[in-house]
Amino acid sequence: MNKEKVIELNKVNKWYGEFHVLKDIDLSVYQGEKIIVCGPSGSGKSTLIRCINRLEEHQEGTVRVRDTILDHHTQSIEKIRSEVGMVFQQFNLFPHLSILDNCTLAPSWVRKMPKKDAEDLAMKYLTKVKIDDQALKFPGQLSGGQQQRAAIARALCMEPKIMLFDEPTSALDPEMIKEVLDVMTDLAKAGMTMIVVSHEMAFAKEVADRVIFMDEGSIVEEKPTAQFFSNPENERTKLFLSQIL
Amino acid sequence: MKIKNLANWSRQNLFSSWYNSLISLFCIYLIIITLPPFIDWAFLSATFDGNLKTDCKTSGACWVFIKVWFEKFMYGFYPVENIWRINLSFLILILSIAASFFVRDKFKIYILFFLIFIFPIIAFILIHGSFGMQIVESREWGGLALTFILAIFGIIFSFPLGVLLALGRRSELPVIKYFSICFIEFWRGIPLITVLFAAAVMFPLLLPADTYVDKTLRIAIGIAIFESAYIAEVVRGGLQSLPKGQYDAARSLGMGYWKMNFFIILPQAIKTVIPGIANTFIALLKDTPLIVLVGMAEILGMINLAKANPYWLGMAVEGYVFAAAIFWVASYFLSSYSQRLENKYSTEKK
Repeated sequence: MNKEKVIELNKVNKWYGEFHVLKDIDLSVYQGEKIIVCGPSGSGKSTLIRCINRLEEHQEGTVRVRDTILDHHTQSIEKIRSEVGMVFQQFNLFPHLSILDNCTLAPSWVRKMPKKDAEDLAMKYLTKVKIDDQALKFPGQLSGGQQQRAAIARALCMEPKIMLFDEPTSALDPEMIKEVLDVMTDLAKAGMTMIVVSHEMAFAKEVADRVIFMDEGSIVEEKPTAQFFSNPENERTKLFLSQIL
Repeated sequence: MKIKNLANWSRQNLFSSWYNSLISLFCIYLIIITLPPFIDWAFLSATFDGNLKTDCKTSGACWVFIKVWFEKFMYGFYPVENIWRINLSFLILILSIAASFFVRDKFKIYILFFLIFIFPIIAFILIHGSFGMQIVESREWGGLALTFILAIFGIIFSFPLGVLLALGRRSELPVIKYFSICFIEFWRGIPLITVLFAAAVMFPLLLPADTYVDKTLRIAIGIAIFESAYIAEVVRGGLQSLPKGQYDAARSLGMGYWKMNFFIILPQAIKTVIPGIANTFIALLKDTPLIVLVGMAEILGMINLAKANPYWLGMAVEGYVFAAAIFWVASYFLSSYSQRLENKYSTEKK
């Protein structure tokens, strides 16, 4: 692959007190790639992607996003956050703001976009995730699936180059999972670089270029999607796949 | 039909069981022995007309006392010809609060800005005098006007300071964090009366001889700082009730510390603690009479002076009932305003 490397993690280590949550993580993500991260709970998947936009701080190793090396400087952190969008398991919409305001807040105050432009942009992405008719409602008035789509639109309004998804469908009722995955599939097809922590294996098979399996803080298997499912090598991967499929 | 309804209602609500009946009967008894005599004293046998104590010949309340002293109770020893300046200040305040009910949300921030930064200056210039207006030294301020000046000053300054302290206490920077903790715990740990004595008596001794800070201002700052510690703890309660995800979401969108707190965290945190904030402000309002002890005559102080006047001896009850009524009305206003805010924002949340 001769595409540009947009994320590079080099020997990243992280501890919570005594607990070693990330062990020597090496990971490269190329422009337009879709990566699924899976593994048992507590294996450090969420922590890994949260280290990419500094919601968690790593203690050793380097994290590079495009041209920016992540360090203690607010400047580098804010630069990276403005290029990396994130979607959370619990949606984390701002409950005191309407859906439209949720989407326009960051573009107008971080990007300093004029109000009108921010609203047009928000409506464009709300239409894309098919909830433009809910724009003036408050998050509490929407279903879980609608809230998660609104959260995706909110992240897209910052026009990120990379999107991180932290178990985006785990908190949803089964009938709502599809509507969120459909939106994510559309986004993937449009060429967005995505790292998705998820156990939706059907989704992984459909969109992922590579699948990463983590266990106890290490990446134990990393393969192109087809090989990952047809020919897993590690015992723990095999066990995990047999339980989940 | 009506009687039947009443009977039904009282059976359900007053006499549903033997112990409820007992409590109800006891309460009815209390009302019967207290309310009619009070109404008789305060209204039926009371004297409203006249200008002298000797005009009060009945057994009831002598409201003449209040009538004659009313202006002093309201404005203290403020020069009569300048009272319009106090009235104008309060009118501006009331109008801007009233306006906040009617304007759209995005203008409210301007009203808030006006109240915090501009109104205190205007009010000070008006009440103290300047620009050709006669200067009225703060020792001449008094009565209910002084009560309100101190309470409003306290509210306007303790709130932002308290919010900053609450944020400071949760800061990741150790210097700010421990400064905030020490500050809050110090001011929460001492009684208000100590603060007042320190501000009135001790503080001037610590200053160089040629500097002078107005006594009323010292007291007002003392009260504001004292209350800010309480506000800080109330607001901190609200900050702690917010899920961590709100911080994650705001940060992941690239918001820095101040934007995150201003747009996302504080609006939600403060909303959940409106009752606690109202509580603190009501307590602040009711604490102001303590300044009597450092020789300032707000409304209770003026009543104390008036009842000690040789021509008006024996009027303490009327005076204190009047003061109680005024404080009750003011506190009730604060509490209903806070309930209004609460309802308004709870409907938005759903």
